[in-house]
Amino acid sequence: MDEAVNPPPRVGLFVTCLVDLMRPSVGFAAVKLLEEAGCKVIVPSQTCCGQPAFNSGDRATARAIARQTIEAFATCDYVVAPSGSCAGMLARHYPGLFIDEPEMAVKADAFAAKCCELASFLVDRLGVTKVSARYEGVVVYHDSCSNLREMGVAGQPRKLLASVEGLRLVELNEPDACCGFGGTFAVKYGELSDAIVAKKSAAVAASGADTLLAGELGCLMNIAGKMQREGRAVKVRHVAEVLAGLTDDPPIGESAAGAKP
Amino acid sequence: MSVATTPRFKDNVHEALQDERLQRALRHSDNFVSGRAAAAERLPEFEALRDSARAIKDHTLAHLDLYLQAYERKVAESGGHVHYARNAVEANAIVLDLCTRRGARAVTKGKSMISEEIGLNAALEAAGIEAIETDLGEYIIQLRGETPSHIIAPAIHLSKADIEAEFRRAHRDLPAVRDLSQPEQLLAEARAILRDKFFSADVGVTGANFLVAETGTSIIVTNEGNGDLTQILPKVHVVVASLEKIVPTLADAAQLLRVLARSATGQDMTVYTTLSTGPRRPGDPDGPDEYHVVLLDNGRSAMLGSQFEDMLRCIRCGACMNHCPVYHAIGGHAYGWVYPGPMGAVLTPSLIGVAKGGQLPNASTLCGRCEEVCPMRIPLPEMMRHWREREFERRLSPVVARFALGLWGFFAKRPALYRVATDLMMRALHLAGGARGRFSWLPFAGGWTRYRDLTAPQGATFQSRWRAKSGSVR
Amino acid sequence: MSARDEILAAVRRSLHVTGEEAPRRAAVEARLAQSPAGIIPERGQGEAGKRAATFGKEAALAQASLAEVAEAADVPAEVARFLSENNLPACLRMGEDARLGAMPWGATALEISRGPSDGNDQNAVSVAFAAVAESGTLALVSGPDNPTTLAFLPDNHIVVVFADDLVGDYESVFVKLRAVYGVGAAPRTVNFITGPSRSADIEETLLLGAHGPRRLHIVVVRASREAGAAK
Repeated sequence: MDEAVNPPPRVGLFVTCLVDLMRPSVGFAAVKLLEEAGCKVIVPSQTCCGQPAFNSGDRATARAIARQTIEAFATCDYVVAPSGSCAGMLARHYPGLFIDEPEMAVKADAFAAKCCELASFLVDRLGVTKVSARYEGVVVYHDSCSNLREMGVAGQPRKLLASVEGLRLVELNEPDACCGFGGTFAVKYGELSDAIVAKKSAAVAASGADTLLAGELGCLMNIAGKMQREGRAVKVRHVAEVLAGLTDDPPIGESAAGAKP
Repeated sequence: MSVATTPRFKDNVHEALQDERLQRALRHSDNFVSGRAAAAERLPEFEALRDSARAIKDHTLAHLDLYLQAYERKVAESGGHVHYARNAVEANAIVLDLCTRRGARAVTKGKSMISEEIGLNAALEAAGIEAIETDLGEYIIQLRGETPSHIIAPAIHLSKADIEAEFRRAHRDLPAVRDLSQPEQLLAEARAILRDKFFSADVGVTGANFLVAETGTSIIVTNEGNGDLTQILPKVHVVVASLEKIVPTLADAAQLLRVLARSATGQDMTVYTTLSTGPRRPGDPDGPDEYHVVLLDNGRSAMLGSQFEDMLRCIRCGACMNHCPVYHAIGGHAYGWVYPGPMGAVLTPSLIGVAKGGQLPNASTLCGRCEEVCPMRIPLPEMMRHWREREFERRLSPVVARFALGLWGFFAKRPALYRVATDLMMRALHLAGGARGRFSWLPFAGGWTRYRDLTAPQGATFQSRWRAKSGSVR
Repeated sequence: MSARDEILAAVRRSLHVTGEEAPRRAAVEARLAQSPAGIIPERGQGEAGKRAATFGKEAALAQASLAEVAEAADVPAEVARFLSENNLPACLRMGEDARLGAMPWGATALEISRGPSDGNDQNAVSVAFAAVAESGTLALVSGPDNPTTLAFLPDNHIVVVFADDLVGDYESVFVKLRAVYGVGAAPRTVNFITGPSRSADIEETLLLGAHGPRRLHIVVVRASREAGAAK
């Protein structure tokens, strides 16, 4: 990127509440990938995209959070999230929240236009074709529903994974099947969610992979939690960690002490 | 109307998950998924046809009053009669009246979800009239006293053994030593028994996939031909259909027909697509003497102009439930009423109220597969969300959930407080989960930890680490 | 207020209209009068030879059997061959269709009966009003020429299709119907039939002959009507 003519894009990292709270290493992996691709990364003060409220029917809270988020990222050229569901909330649902407020709707539209999911931002917007990471393992990649259906993310992470040295990518049977997380659904309808994730866990086992990746921490925690309860030894990480070559931290649900099932 | 067990949805779910026979049977519906994909692949115009179909329905709904009037004029012109019913009670009364006027003792029925909705069979039986389902799947579940578990494949939850057991129990006049181990034998037996019923019926009742205003025609699609024998053999043919089945012209119906079977079973066309217009004409050697159409409202007019209007585009193909992870896990009966799967989740609260039917739109991950395959491009997840909004406004959601979300919202609207509070909590949880890196149990997280381990956080939050690194906010 | 009036009023209320609005009425009248065609798949299109080939392929996919004969006079022999090859009784029911009546059935050993079926016929033959290439579908209309019961009650249904009546798409069938029955009218029944009767209700096993015929045999007559007129 020619910095003299084109200043580096100012990318606001929307880290997502799950990454922020549960697994900061994913956020740092995202920063590394963005900076290596020539971006200036900033992290405005943020909380949540508002999905939990939105999907529970609380539009007022969702609107309040949206207003706050739009304001916080006002000076960014792009807003990038390592999550299809959060990027989807920002890019696809924020404008609709302000259907009765024309002024805010315009702002929300402009904001939505600059929101992207991480892998698609790297590949589609910045033209990144490969990464310099290495990872020894047989990897299966789960397409989260929001990534697939709201954000059109499927080929991009796979393209980048193909460039990771030592990594062999295999596919799941029915890769587009939901894992049963669905946010609050997993807790409200635990037994039903469990029945669905059990199928996904079996599919991961059938794929022969030793590593599960996805661009969605909620799905990953859900599938990891089930596999670990079942005693399956599959390492689970966010795809950004592998792409950035930052795999020193223990995989999801494991500890540094290496407590294995 | 038939009684809903939807309020006890979670119990229904539990029973369905424990039912091994049901779980085995549910694995069969994968055929519909591959079938639809193959059919769509084989027709280059498929996506454009979905758009065309959607536009036709939207146009029709926007002019529904006028098309209804045009339709009834044409039915009358061809010698038929249109009867309007505001609700289930009125619809049943009309059909009963048509039957008793003819002294009818037996009624054959083609598959009709509307007749399930209004509880027609029960109303007929109460009046001493035998109602016989003729669609093979419907016939089998009628013998078992069950309701359909899928709108296209009503007996999909049953095994061959279940069906054999039922036939032996119900067809007592046949020799007990007969071999019913093969599906062909079961079919042959049903065919023979139902053939008699087709001939002895006084009235035949069918549903309608479409009602065509141009010619006053009703259209049904079947693979068996039972809907045809139901309507051409008895003296009276009664069609029960809801208002939104109207389409303007035969050419419009052709657009919809091209996406219907493909979305449902993966066939390009069902074996029989039958257009019925009025009673038999002078010179016709077969056909009914009388043709009646019962047009049912039962909540449709109220859906027009509402947030749920798009649901009126539904052509009852079943693609949504065939692709739904929730339906695949529990089958149709667990939904508790007539319509299962995503379309049932959106339609049921409209018809029986959100207080009774509200569980259904909540029991979804909003994965979006339904909308992806819906031939009419109905935004099903969006409408499920609308129902959740209605429930939230009416404070119908469970108290604990409201409290937890309210608490989350409180902090999420206050970034500085949020950062401090979450950092503290995550550090504490990290220590608590330390050695294993995950929890087998956590207070307030029972819905999760009963079935899965819960990852422990890494400790300090991203935002607190970022600030520590860069020493400033931005 | 009658149920009808109440329902129409409720619909109008929801749509925020009175029903008297001229533009709406004009839009409805226009659509009903013009019957605009939507998207017609390429698959069934093309000249006669291509359409016939597509029809044959699609009909076979739907598990109908198919044979081609040069002229109408060749039909009885083909029907007799079909019945004998499948070990079916040499009897056949048909309606009053003049084209069938003109065929040399006497040259076969088939026992012919005429009129609607009462359920005791093994085999029946009808002439299709039209055939649709895009899905291998037959279109039959009710009436004394080809009683509807012949298409549903017998075990085996044979349908004669004249090549002139083999069109590309369903819309073309509706155009033909309008030409015969008038605008805004239709016969009592139009049956679009694609393959023999089937059910997959028993453990998803595909079985033929659920209530309607187990076998559907299509005989396509190549000769154009203008060429050899039926004698």
